[in-house]
Amino acid sequence: MDSVLLIYKGIYILAIFGISLLIATYSTYFERKIAAFIQDRVGPNRAGPMGLLQPLADAGKLFFKEEFIPAKANKTLFILGPGIAMLVAAMSSAVIPFGDTLIIGETSFDLIAIDVNIGILYIFGVVSLGVYGLMIGGWASNNKFSLLGAIRAASQNISYELAMGLSLIAVLMLSGSLSLKVIAEQQTGFNWNIWYQPLGFLIFLICAFAETNRTPFDLPESEAELIGGYHTEYSSMKLGMYLFAEYINIFVVSAVMATLYFGAYNFPFMENLRNAFDDPVLGNNVVTIIGVGVMFAKIFAFIFFFMWVRWTLPRFRYDQLMKLGWNILIPLAILNILLTGGGILLYEYFTKG
Amino acid sequence: MTESLFFFFASLTLLCAIMVVISKNPVFSVIFLILTFFTISAHYILLNAQFLAAVNIIVYAGAIMVLFLFVLMFINTGKNVEGTIKRNVLAKIAGTVAGGLLFTVVVAALKDVTLGHPDPATYESQVGMVENLGKVLFTKYMLPFQLVAVLFLVSMVGAVMIGKRETGEQNF
Repeated sequence: MDSVLLIYKGIYILAIFGISLLIATYSTYFERKIAAFIQDRVGPNRAGPMGLLQPLADAGKLFFKEEFIPAKANKTLFILGPGIAMLVAAMSSAVIPFGDTLIIGETSFDLIAIDVNIGILYIFGVVSLGVYGLMIGGWASNNKFSLLGAIRAASQNISYELAMGLSLIAVLMLSGSLSLKVIAEQQTGFNWNIWYQPLGFLIFLICAFAETNRTPFDLPESEAELIGGYHTEYSSMKLGMYLFAEYINIFVVSAVMATLYFGAYNFPFMENLRNAFDDPVLGNNVVTIIGVGVMFAKIFAFIFFFMWVRWTLPRFRYDQLMKLGWNILIPLAILNILLTGGGILLYEYFTKG
Repeated sequence: MTESLFFFFASLTLLCAIMVVISKNPVFSVIFLILTFFTISAHYILLNAQFLAAVNIIVYAGAIMVLFLFVLMFINTGKNVEGTIKRNVLAKIAGTVAGGLLFTVVVAALKDVTLGHPDPATYESQVGMVENLGKVLFTKYMLPFQLVAVLFLVSMVGAVMIGKRETGEQNF
């Protein structure tokens, strides 16, 4: 790889890292604002105009709180837990295509950090590692409630990973590629995967809620039964890291859903817009820049949906959660695979034969 | 570059694997085992077998080790198990003999191994990519692949049968 591209990739990775942190920070603000809106309150409005500096104030508060480690806790693992949660959360945005290619001069720049041909498997692997942060932290606290929360988190994540993987297989059958870049390119214009995979998307959405431990599936930290779940014993910025990792996960899973089902950076009539310019390079760049905006609009829409659901629906009971995962979602996902396979066969029969 | 990376990952793998064995706390053993899987995946990537690397992480680090950790958390809640294990001389001798025998077997197996020397001119470097792997699995190795699928189905049915609630059993 020549040095310009290498430097570009370095800057791009840092930029994506920064953007995901920024979005996670402001998710906390919007979470509280949306909660306030739904409950007919004002919400944070003291720090800065419209309370816009609230996340900074929260972070400052968390940094200056007492760093508490329980006496009989395993210190190494207790500190390692939030670190793993944060690391794993920040890793997964690397393979998401946030835009098409920008052409500057002779070189074209892909707006994706690393284009591996196993992109979706990479995300799946990283997501499956996310549970270690919770388990190790919960166990190391040496607290029954933490341990119960950690065990709930682990069994919930394992259960819903299966249905998630099965619902992904149907998308992969359509696209024929594991690379998120290719999957995004196939959905040009308005040809989004959601039109072919409504059931698959529904399953994926439900699993995404469970994987990120959000309401109605936030059983690991259900405060009524478990005090605070796996982060009962955590204070200061270590608690902040756990909460922060959750918001980064929401951002990443929203980006994945936008990429897989809602056409990533593609928007209707993009080809018409591209052809409207006389200069193909300029047309490409304009479409790409609008595409990046569209991609982030889709991500924000999903993040809003996550918050909307959180403040609307009550929490599931634990046996209901397990029953939904194993008895309903997994058979539905298998049915979805069969339907997709049948659909592809019929399509090929009528178009080629 | 690749060679130095290989030696870096190889030494890291060995270090992590040794740490798995000598860690006093079983939870640390599990964490080092996960690290070992990561470094092995790094080897797969060096060999251009990206699919294998990803699946190794998903299946072993992401699923099986979670279950290991799960069980460990139930049986050992932070207490030091060091003092409870009795170390008598007979067990030590038996362990040494068994380990020595295993080592002999490994050495004997390695003695006769013939290293493949693929011709760089004709060798296809993309053979480990997911498309090529899929094609090989579904054409050349179709029957073994299907048999493995049947095996998995059998084990799944078995797991469901074991996990099934018995009548009159209290739950939740």
